[in-house]
Amino acid sequence: MAVEVRIPTILRTYTGGEKAVTGAGSTLSEVIENLEGNHPGIKERLIEDGGLRRFVNVYVNDEDVRFTGGLDTSIADGDQVVVLPAVAGGAGNRAEPAEHCSAERADL
Amino acid sequence: MSGFRPGSTLDGVLRIDQGTYDAIVAHAKRDHPNEACGVVAGPEGSDRPERFISMVNAAGSPTYYEFDSQDLLALYKDMWARDEEPVVIYHSHTATEAYPSRTDIARAEEPNAHYVLVSTAEAFSGGDGNSGGPVSFRSYRIIDGTVTEEPVTVVPAPEAASDTDRSQS
Repeated sequence: MAVEVRIPTILRTYTGGEKAVTGAGSTLSEVIENLEGNHPGIKERLIEDGGLRRFVNVYVNDEDVRFTGGLDTSIADGDQVVVLPAVAGGAGNRAEPAEHCSAERADL
Repeated sequence: MSGFRPGSTLDGVLRIDQGTYDAIVAHAKRDHPNEACGVVAGPEGSDRPERFISMVNAAGSPTYYEFDSQDLLALYKDMWARDEEPVVIYHSHTATEAYPSRTDIARAEEPNAHYVLVSTAEAFSGGDGNSGGPVSFRSYRIIDGTVTEEPVTVVPAPEAASDTDRSQS
């Protein structure tokens, strides 16, 4: 099963700058293994502890795979796979200790 | 190695037009006390923030923001169709300074983007409901966990916007 996999800017170091590469497999897991064979190192950026990383979104034909079986999501010939890092952040919880920042902020 | 590295070799400056700058500040004020977020897209490789796109903070939180997964996909597909990329990724801090938090640094995964932080912490400090207080607007590059602040240059609004203004006078 050949599929096109859209690669985000941050991971193009693994694909020689290519925005999209061809992968193969009958599940998302197999496609990622196949990608790893051609683009070593990319798997670790997608998978952690046997599951998809929390801040990596993968879509198969526009569906977020978190709702379609995750790494077990089945892949058919011609499917479109898109990888996008989450866009997230924020100030965080002020109630938590300020760690090492306190010393730097003492002069404010 | 300390986090701050002065004198980056990057030609770091954010040039942004007044209309877009105002739109980001207005969005941050509107969503206060929750964090506001969005992007300004521009032609790929141009470093020109031209198309303002406010996004919904799916977290709806005063301390965290995240684009909704489907919104994120729709945004990127739209940009790809236009040969654009996110030139600016902005969000607000509503109780703290406009400096990237640990979360901001850990989650910054667009190496070509200017990360704009707006602080509304003092915008509503009058206590009379007046939103005229100062809003700070700062820009950073965040690459591999290294934060480099850069100056912000606000340029006059594009001609289309001033044409609109003239038609109203």
